[in-house]
Amino acid sequence: MGVGSFFTTKLDEAIGWARKYSIFQYPFVTACCGMEYMATACSHYDVDRFGAGLPRFSPRQADVLFVVGTISHKMAPVLKRIYDQMTEPKWVVAFGVCTCTGGFYDNYATVQGIDTIIPVDVYIPGCPPRPESVLDGLMKLQDKIAVQTQRF
Amino acid sequence: MPGGVILERLRELFGPALVETHARHGDLTAVVERGVLLDVLRVCRDEPGLGFDVLMDLTAVDYLKYPGREDGPRFEVVYHLYSMGHNHRLRVKVRVDEDDAVVPTAVELWPIANWFEREVWDMFGVRFAGHPDPRRLLMYEQFVGHPLRKDYPINRRQPLIGPKT
Repeated sequence: MGVGSFFTTKLDEAIGWARKYSIFQYPFVTACCGMEYMATACSHYDVDRFGAGLPRFSPRQADVLFVVGTISHKMAPVLKRIYDQMTEPKWVVAFGVCTCTGGFYDNYATVQGIDTIIPVDVYIPGCPPRPESVLDGLMKLQDKIAVQTQRF
Repeated sequence: MPGGVILERLRELFGPALVETHARHGDLTAVVERGVLLDVLRVCRDEPGLGFDVLMDLTAVDYLKYPGREDGPRFEVVYHLYSMGHNHRLRVKVRVDEDDAVVPTAVELWPIANWFEREVWDMFGVRFAGHPDPRRLLMYEQFVGHPLRKDYPINRRQPLIGPKT
């Protein structure tokens, strides 16, 4: 391993460390899972401990898209556009079983998993997931951010 | 006003145009001919003794292949009325055939009927003659068919983007 790649890996690690503790989320909240999202964000579970305490309500300022709640076919183009408007680097969390697979809404109206529309990094199943699962999913996302090849 | 009196009054006013009435479990129901529907609703709203000032719900039922009603009209449009002054309720139904699934609009009587009727059009494909804005309410414009009809295939998917299955 040459000196160049040594510095590249170290730089990658440093940027990954910084990025994983400065998550700015865009909460795309459409349904009841939003309550668990709010519970996670509030002081009792305190998502700010993980550096993800400041949701941005503009996709251009966010780097993690939290898709929280059922996505209908009518909403799908909106979600796609929000995803497209986010700048790199960006990640997507599917929050709740509806976003993972459609859940029990196997019907004419519901998207059967948001991964049919946009790429997903972490799936948090549950109907709705408890805040502990959400934090677990968030930490899994942090691990993923920390070890990936950083583009900048 | 006791339930029997409400139905009695409607029978008195509309006679044979009232196809059927009952008060099962205390829920008053009147099935009326389509021709007098608006008159019935207007009387229900305006007559002081009835005073049904709230249209609680307006929906439809698809009786396709329903046991015992195979030959009858396919759809039933249902109006749930409530009187805040008298605290009583009434259910008004009107039956329409599939080939002629049209009902006069009740928007003039209760403005909330606007969205209710758009929903019924969207889900069941029953049209409301004279409706000021007859678009779908819930599904998107590109959607084909009416998903709550009993003959809408349960597996048919019509996504706007993404895989078609």
